[in-house]
Amino acid sequence: MEYLIGALTEALKLIISLDSEVLSIAFLSLKVAGTATLLAAIFGIPLAYTIATRDFPGRGAVLTFFNTLMALPTVLVGLLGYSFLSRKGPLGFLDLLFTPSGIIIGDLILAFPLIVALTVAAVSSVDERARITAMNLGASRLQVTLTVLMEARYALTAAVINGFGRVIAEVGSAMMLGGNIRGYTRTMTTAIALETSKGEFSLAMALGLLLLALALSINLLFRRFQRVSTQ
Amino acid sequence: MTRKIYLTLLILFFAVLLPGSSHAADRLKLSSTTSTDNTGLLAYILPIFEEKTGIRVDVIAVGTGRALKLAENGDVDVTLVHAPAKERSFMFAGYGVNRRPVMANYFIIVGPGDDPAGIAGAGNAVEAFMMIREAQAPFISRGDESGTHTRELAIWKAADSNPGGARWYLETGKGMGESLAMADEKRGYTLSDQGSFLKYSDKVELAALFTGRSKLLYNPYSIIAVNPSRHPHVNYAGAIKLIEFMTSPEGQKLIGDFTDGSGNVLFEPLVIKIPSNAQ
Repeated sequence: MEYLIGALTEALKLIISLDSEVLSIAFLSLKVAGTATLLAAIFGIPLAYTIATRDFPGRGAVLTFFNTLMALPTVLVGLLGYSFLSRKGPLGFLDLLFTPSGIIIGDLILAFPLIVALTVAAVSSVDERARITAMNLGASRLQVTLTVLMEARYALTAAVINGFGRVIAEVGSAMMLGGNIRGYTRTMTTAIALETSKGEFSLAMALGLLLLALALSINLLFRRFQRVSTQ
Repeated sequence: MTRKIYLTLLILFFAVLLPGSSHAADRLKLSSTTSTDNTGLLAYILPIFEEKTGIRVDVIAVGTGRALKLAENGDVDVTLVHAPAKERSFMFAGYGVNRRPVMANYFIIVGPGDDPAGIAGAGNAVEAFMMIREAQAPFISRGDESGTHTRELAIWKAADSNPGGARWYLETGKGMGESLAMADEKRGYTLSDQGSFLKYSDKVELAALFTGRSKLLYNPYSIIAVNPSRHPHVNYAGAIKLIEFMTSPEGQKLIGDFTDGSGNVLFEPLVIKIPSNAQ
């Protein structure tokens, strides 16, 4: 309990003083999680749309595959990423281990299945008539797709927010692939883990509160987006 | 049409990733242990090195076991660790070159102030461990192949016992700070390096119960460059510069001057003796 009170004052101090190290850590977290979510959405939504609207052999298996991957443990992703990105691994020559790009790759692997699975669900729940109507009105394939995605925008936004939430909160993969390097790959979550291991519980919790505040502002932005698109 | 879109996306994907891969020669990756990083030693010394040489040092702080593994795989350029036996086999396998002693302190056995196993009166570290075993008092083991864990196992071996699996023997698999916190909560004993304990002592009610400058508790740190003939991509020149700096009179003096809040020296420089009463 005393930690929580300490954390609140500490968090306020961090925000008021605009501590440059904390700011750059927060910025890196946003950049990394944002890039990973964006890439996962760009690749995931078209794929999910295809899965949701086409019938093909093994469709059930593909869905089960993505649903299972939603449960990927972050440490396992870190370990897999390490085995590929290490100098001993097949992609070692790219020199991505212990860089922000390394963290993005791990986050992408975490966010992708989540966004795909949730988008499939979102698109599937759109009333079939929306698609048929659009087609009867002579819409092109792209227009039909956009109509359906527009119908599903609430659930679609939720899918993207979920993906973002998963990667901004994860620590296992960021720790292994980023290495928690001060001023370079230290994210909010690896900083929290570090301060916890140093016994600086109040500071760790303060960083946690800041992370939540960041997530809140991102969510408010998305809310705005949802509202605007209904008008 | 769809194929074109996917191709564009793929190019976009790599355009995002590639900037991170531009590897400047003036960056140096150092894998080190939590004891050197969490005490603040590296944050105190490295900026001076960076200013002098223009080489930026990226510290990856893990246990000694993993720090050596990262060096073995060529994922870092240089490593600063504290497990002489592990370092020797690392050198013997040809993974490293230019191993140099840098600094040392002593391991201490810490535990609850009332000392239920009575180790404060032990004659040596082995005896103290035997007393803990006799009393079946909780003992927190790092269990993570770190330098501290390696030494703890060596002391148990010297005490002719293998406590793994016993109810009172708790393997945490965590860093020193967390293990000290756990010892505090469980009112148990643990082996710690002096630096980490001094830095952490205001947060726990543990006491340094057994301390001594014996060989079994001696805790030397060495710096090792990754062998460039095995991993041609490593920044060997930078690694040598860091080794040179850490073992130079200037670097050694910085290590000797580094204290915790209350003036305790956390690491004693090994290469150059600095008289303790120097004015």
